[in-house]
Amino acid sequence: MRDSTLSRRRFMQRTSAGLVGVAAASGGAAAIDDPKPAPQSKTPTASHSPVLGAQNTDVGALLKSYHIWDVHTHLNRFAGTTAEEKVDDCLRWADRMGVERMLVLTVASGGRDPDAEGMRLMNDECVKAVKKAPDRLFGCAFMNPNYGQACIDEINRCVRDGPLVGLKFEFDTVRLASSPEMDPIIARIGELHGVVMQHTFIETIGNFLGETTPVELAELARRHPSVTIFCGHTGGTWELGIRAMKGVPNLYSDLSGSDPMSGYTEMAVRELGPEHVLYGSDIEGRSFASQISKVLGADIPESARRLILGGNMRRLMEPVMKARGMKI
Amino acid sequence: MIDTNVNLFQWPFRRVAGDDPASLVANLRKKGVTQAWACSYESLLYRDTAGVNARLAAACRQHGPNFLVPFGSINPRLPGWQEDVERCVEVHKMPGIRLHPNYHGYPLDDPAVGELLGLAASKNLVVQIAISMEDVRVQFPLMLVRPVDPGPLVDLLKRTPTLCVEILNSGYHGGVRTEHLDDIAKLENVYFDFTCHENVGGLAKLIAQTSPQRVVFGSHYPFFYFESSFLKIWEAGLPADQEKAVREGNARTLFGR
Repeated sequence: MRDSTLSRRRFMQRTSAGLVGVAAASGGAAAIDDPKPAPQSKTPTASHSPVLGAQNTDVGALLKSYHIWDVHTHLNRFAGTTAEEKVDDCLRWADRMGVERMLVLTVASGGRDPDAEGMRLMNDECVKAVKKAPDRLFGCAFMNPNYGQACIDEINRCVRDGPLVGLKFEFDTVRLASSPEMDPIIARIGELHGVVMQHTFIETIGNFLGETTPVELAELARRHPSVTIFCGHTGGTWELGIRAMKGVPNLYSDLSGSDPMSGYTEMAVRELGPEHVLYGSDIEGRSFASQISKVLGADIPESARRLILGGNMRRLMEPVMKARGMKI
Repeated sequence: MIDTNVNLFQWPFRRVAGDDPASLVANLRKKGVTQAWACSYESLLYRDTAGVNARLAAACRQHGPNFLVPFGSINPRLPGWQEDVERCVEVHKMPGIRLHPNYHGYPLDDPAVGELLGLAASKNLVVQIAISMEDVRVQFPLMLVRPVDPGPLVDLLKRTPTLCVEILNSGYHGGVRTEHLDDIAKLENVYFDFTCHENVGGLAKLIAQTSPQRVVFGSHYPFFYFESSFLKIWEAGLPADQEKAVREGNARTLFGR
């Protein structure tokens, strides 16, 4: 019988001999472009992909050069018992991954179908988090459209009179984004120039009751064309989600919260234009790493990469930041 | 850097960059990979496993000699699978095989699995077991393939202590995390890639859950962006010796056992 163990060792010896040559042939460190905002072009041209691999000696510097803003974060499961402690832990990781700013969607869970009191408790935690790091975090107020007046009250309390800048709609409130109960809530946040993040998914195995798809969110966005709406996860099944989002100018693809499947970002850029695609992580359930890879690993122009990783968010957050007197 | 989890040829449901062997090799070399353990996407659905493995071996020889390491596919549900193992060893000189129990439709407590692992042990083959390939929530609706339960491996692998096994793509799958990893990790002959381990700093958590000596680099390229696993190493902020072990050393140990 053949000695396969020996064969395996021989193979390793042969390949390790070629290691040095390969490393030398793989080129130098990735070019780091200057960090000025990328031009907003519907037809990206110049393509200079960063080569992210073993030859990079300072991945941190490369990441920081992108001035990353993250459109989709949850602090619930970071270390700590208070919102402030969770912020500290989260920022430690964000610093390592070069993430400058994050839109915080939740800090604590309100369970399924939280009522007015439940929303208040959740939003209090988000307010605490944003106050802990106002230069690093934006915050969204959690909305349960089953309690319409309570939502309006929370918008006034947390956005008009508080530090939050937008709204978060989840899948566990059993109300589709296309339902008419959403309209007064979206209209109110529009008056305050705030943004909206809606979880969406198209699950092959069947959506949860009331779990919104990008098709339904597009209906809502068309009814409120002046409100900036983020399509959370781009429907998960992104080949369908991207198709559903086309032709809705105020609807933006959030790349977060799915496996880093090759081709995702390329299709989003091709079909929606780079100005309509946003990097998001969906931490702490996901990692910064897997989600940033969707942008750094994609075969797209460098200008598009910079828009997706931060340029678009800076542009889209500007109205609410101006309205709130926040430093841009 | 040794990438223990790549596949050649085309993913059945989508064209992706790097799905021809020449560009896959070029891309991986550009990213600093020095060796890649490759199976074939054809193995998921094709029934002529012998043909699949022959094409895999030929492509590895043609496009990546001393770079691509072919891991043949074995489906123990097919008649005559034992001959496929023989060809992997004797004809193609493959050092290992890869199993896709979920795509091939058998649980790991199927009696044929025990027989297969015993045969692999007798031939000193490394056995890679793919828990999953794709989040079930986003799969093609006419073909749902859920992750396989690795639980039976706890007892099964105790019976083959000399067999070297790598668990591929365990971790997070559509809201469900792979169970039984704590028990499987107690077996010294089992290694893990971290392709699908999520959470911030997920790699460091996997190492804590298993062993610093038995976590190896895998990218699931080209179906996944290669940069995902690469950045997970950076994100984890491992001590230098652990990082080196994950990138290369542990895979060499696994291969040389």
